[in-house]
Parts: sequence; C-alpha cells; structure tokens
Amino acid sequence: MTIPYPAAQPGFWAATAMIAAIVLTSTAGEVLTAAAMKSIGDLDEIRAHSGLKGAIHAVVTCPLFFAGVSFLALAFFALLFALNHLNLSLVAPASASLTLVTNAVAAKFFLKENVDRRRWTAAVLVCVGVYFLAH
Amino acid sequence: MAQQKLSTRQYMILGLVSLCAPLGDTCLSRGMTGLPAITLAHPGSLIAAVFTPWIGAGIALLIGFFASYLTALSWADLTFVLPATAFGNVIVALLARFWLHEPISLERWAGIVLITLGVGFVAQGPSLTERPAAPAIDEAAETAIELEEEQVR
Repeated sequence: MTIPYPAAQPGFWAATAMIAAIVLTSTAGEVLTAAAMKSIGDLDEIRAHSGLKGAIHAVVTCPLFFAGVSFLALAFFALLFALNHLNLSLVAPASASLTLVTNAVAAKFFLKENVDRRRWTAAVLVCVGVYFLAH
Repeated sequence: MAQQKLSTRQYMILGLVSLCAPLGDTCLSRGMTGLPAITLAHPGSLIAAVFTPWIGAGIALLIGFFASYLTALSWADLTFVLPATAFGNVIVALLARFWLHEPISLERWAGIVLITLGVGFVAQGPSLTERPAAPAIDEAAETAIELEEEQVR
C-alpha cells in the first residue's frame, strides 16, 4: 500500500512556525506535568497505600497536572497539523531534538533540577542522535 | 550526591515509556499522511481524524506511554526520563533492521550510537535531584511553634 504524499509543501517560515509551536507547547506541557508529578509524590507508593483509584485521584485532582495536559494537548494538535503539511522525516527529528534541549533548559530554571555536565552532554548527544536517526 | 537506584519495576516502566512513544508516533504519522490536507479554516476535521483506525491505535499507544511517563516523572527527574523516550527510536530502528531486514544508513547508525551514549551518560548518574528537605521541615516547624506561641499570648 502506498501512502499519499502531502499535497503542497509549505515555505521555510511556515514550517519553522509549525515546528516552533510543537516545541514550545510540548516544553511547557512537560515541565508543568513534571512539576505536578513531583508535587504529588511517588505514584508507586501512593498506589501501594490507596490503590489504583487513590493514585488516579491524586493525579486528576492536581491543578498543575491539568495545566500540563492542556499544553500537551495543544502540542498534540500542533503535531497532527504539522504532520499533515510536512514530512515526518522533518517534523519528528526537528521537534524531538529541539524539545530535548528546551526541556533541559526549562528543567534547570523552572524545576531547579540538577542539570550537571553529564546531563547537558547527554541532552546534546541525544539531540544530535535523534536528528541523525530520524532525518 | 547519593546515587538513586532504580528497581526492576522502575526500569520496566522506563522501557514502556521508550517503546510506546515512537510506536504511537509512527501510527499517527501513517494515519495523518493518509488523510487529505487539513487547513486552519476547518479545524473540525482534526477532531474527525482522531476516530480513524491508525490515529486511534496511535492514541491508544500514546495513552500507555503517558501513564508510564507520569509514573516515571513521580520518582525521577524530567532530564532523566526524557532520554529514555528518545531511546525508543533506537529500539524501533534496531527492530526494523533485524526483524524487518530494512537497511540502515551510516547516518542512522551514527544516530543510534549517539543516543545510546547519551542514555548511558544519564543512566549512570542519579535519577532524582536531591532536595535539602530537612531545613524546610525545620522552618515549617519553627513557623508552627511561633504561631502557637502567638495564639497562647
């Protein structure tokens, strides 16, 4: 079965805007979700004490989680929109590798994570690796 | 800094994070490229796309990814969990090479090596940033004592 190629390829700035929209919304979503999960605590422990219902309740009653999910939903629709106009071989590596770097920066400043030299090196290696692999 | 050791179960959750995300994305891509072009003038067609089989399968896989991703984020740093997501691409590429016998270019092998090195770097370090919890508790306790004293007065 052959897959139809997207009809018309958008210009450079339109493609950049589509990828930037994915990167920004998914970074905001992931940082907010990570902050929510840290504020809730270890889900495995919560599930051991109050069961699966307790764990689900702890997650869905956290306002930060909803803020994060809202941004992730925006990122998802931005991805669907971009995939409809651009090739996967451009959208996947560009958005995935750029998101890794923006997330490392955001995690350092907003989540106060200890992003040491080891993690920076890993972020850059994975970023370049994802680009090579998916391009 | 003390190294945070992960249990086998926690490694399995990271494995699910790795596998479900790239498989889900592949299903979404296959579904979306098969649809006619969607414009901003008709955003409703994006909602209709959700109910097509490939997009549906992709969403089911991404729900599995999200559940394991949330669990991983509850006990590990974002900068620790994210490389695990990228490692899924390596697994999918290796499956394509050795199971489907698809050729892998030199560029892709370089990508596989770089991601594996990156994940190896992160995995050797601590999974969670240690916070100075004790002083915070002391401060809270001091504030509570001060409030109690004020109430007594």
